[in-house]
Amino acid sequence: MSLNFFMQNLINALQWGSFYALIALGYSMVYSILMLFNFAHGDIFMVGAYIGLGVSLLLLKIVGTGAAALVPGWLVLVVTILISMFLTAFVGIIVERVGYRPLRDAPRASAAITGLMIGIILETANILFLGGQRLAFPQLIQSHTYNIGGVFITNKKIMIVIVSIGLMIALHQFVTRTRWGMAMRAMAYDFVVVPLVGVPLNTIAVMTFAIGSALAAAAGILFGLAYPVLDPYMGVSFGWKAFVAAILGGRGSIMGACLAGFMLGFIEIMTVPGIQILNRLFALNIGSNLRDLIAYSIVLAILVFRPHGLFGEPYSAKLRL
Amino acid sequence: MRKGRLLIAVLLCAGLVISPSVWAASDVINIGFPIPLTGDNPDVGASSKNAAEMYLKKFPTVDVGGKTYKLNFIYEDNEFKAESAVKALTKLITEEEVLAIIGPQASAQAVPAGEIANNNATPMISPWSTNPNTTLNRPYVFRGCFLDPFQGPVAANFVTEELGAKKAAVLYDIASDYPKGLAEFFKQAFEKIHGPGSVVAFESFTTGDKDFSAQMANIVASGADVLFTPQYYSEVPLIVRAAKENGFTKPIMGSDSWGSGDLMGLCGDDCKGFYFSTHYAAAGAKGATKEFIDEYTAAYGKTPDDVAALTWDSLGIMIQAIQNTGGLSGNIKADRTKVKDALAAIKDYPGITGKMTFTPEGDPIKCAVVVKINEEGKFAFHESVCP
Repeated sequence: MSLNFFMQNLINALQWGSFYALIALGYSMVYSILMLFNFAHGDIFMVGAYIGLGVSLLLLKIVGTGAAALVPGWLVLVVTILISMFLTAFVGIIVERVGYRPLRDAPRASAAITGLMIGIILETANILFLGGQRLAFPQLIQSHTYNIGGVFITNKKIMIVIVSIGLMIALHQFVTRTRWGMAMRAMAYDFVVVPLVGVPLNTIAVMTFAIGSALAAAAGILFGLAYPVLDPYMGVSFGWKAFVAAILGGRGSIMGACLAGFMLGFIEIMTVPGIQILNRLFALNIGSNLRDLIAYSIVLAILVFRPHGLFGEPYSAKLRL
Repeated sequence: MRKGRLLIAVLLCAGLVISPSVWAASDVINIGFPIPLTGDNPDVGASSKNAAEMYLKKFPTVDVGGKTYKLNFIYEDNEFKAESAVKALTKLITEEEVLAIIGPQASAQAVPAGEIANNNATPMISPWSTNPNTTLNRPYVFRGCFLDPFQGPVAANFVTEELGAKKAAVLYDIASDYPKGLAEFFKQAFEKIHGPGSVVAFESFTTGDKDFSAQMANIVASGADVLFTPQYYSEVPLIVRAAKENGFTKPIMGSDSWGSGDLMGLCGDDCKGFYFSTHYAAAGAKGATKEFIDEYTAAYGKTPDDVAALTWDSLGIMIQAIQNTGGLSGNIKADRTKVKDALAAIKDYPGITGKMTFTPEGDPIKCAVVVKINEEGKFAFHESVCP
């Protein structure tokens, strides 16, 4: 494997991992504070992408496209991301209010299937309202491909990785530097006792869902820019894989979820050239479609040796950094 | 007296009703069209009927063995349902006494209908059905379009001759029958021309995958001259995008699945300049095909789709076969077998969708059309490629 080839795959893996990392954060935060898995999170990512589609189309209609545009594409993109994050946060709040709050004292299994059901409702509602056909995501910024010594990088890939990392740093600052962040960390430490000292559980729960959903919306829009075909089931298997990243990172660990997301992207992408090398060395004939089989076998092996994830600690689910 | 007149009138009317089948044997040829005029897909039926009506207007009679026959087309609605298709076929064969059948269009109806046609020894051409079972072990049943595997050699020949490719890459969905089959047929055909190992990258993924960057990095590293990807319109934009972003600047070739659905709406500028093989292309057509398109557009105010074009050709080859019998006996059963034999013997029928010759199985050997997605985003006729 030449260095160029490795670098090319590394860049692709960084972009792919950014999406896993952003979505894994939502799973991780909800789990650490409420001790439940929000299985609807992958579908919130889907809803975020569609909201982004609607917002960007509306903005493009107002400001115009091409040479006649009133404002540059990147500005439309920034505004689209902000508005969509805001709107999708409300979707998260509704999911919490309708799906989880009534079941807070119910058995954990009931809360778990709530997420699955909400996910199915979101998917089918999408089909009901939009007809189920694939939709193209508008390309708000012109795509440029740069050839740097045989490695191909696009402006979108760079932007996606930078925006994702920026959002992760912003979340980190919020959780460590603000009172609300402190309240979230306290709640993660013990959500039975902390409300007794005056921290409102419902407000914190709502905030957690809102932040997680907003991040998922940002991931959805960036995803739409990189893979511009949206379908109602785009969040299902993607959500599962991001959930794997959340667990792999160590439940409740923000840093862990981010790193595990990037690591998962890296393992998935690198498995394909890995298969090629195996084929060459041992004259095998393995297809690159075995990517997921091999990639997730590796993840399984990691979990066998580190059952609490990369950054997890035994018997602790507190929101750590 | 009055009652007597009425009786005579009734008898005369009855005679008129019955008589078509009486004089049908002498100077009229009946052809049946079991097509979906209502149901889930009435557009298919409308296109078939439009093409047939246009043919009838242009050629109202046919000379067989020195005798002129009037053509009579009977349209029977199959409601786009298998059971209605069986009923329609039975009615056409036993009650209407048709000499031959054009239709049904979709495989869901053509497969059961073919059974009825074959059991009743009536020649049938399904213009549009691509399922192998339609014609399998049914000597009386033929089809107007090529089968899916057929496009593999077509694409291999095209990229070799037109694009000068010596090394090819393939990217396909291994979990879906159509792309998987076609990818393998392409590989076989390409390696037959260029020798084993000339398909330098044979990359696969599974249904629902969105990221093809890793496969594309392999393809770029393999040094392939062309990428063949027999995928559906929803995946093509993502594949083409991954190619551009990973520095693959060579041509990309697809199959008829590209043409279904809203490819250009999803793909935009990214897909322009690439090629795919299909049954027929309206934009940029020449000669007889253009003549057909112009006449059809003038008559119905829209561009004929592939159903209309294939129906036109199926009807044309059927009439040709009837003429080739050299004369009809008037015994409908014997004549049907004669037409079937003549149909199987036709060589290189010059259709508007390509030259047609039937295999013993009743599937046409015909040239496919390769279209290029032009700068306006239209599917323009590029050339006709034969296997």
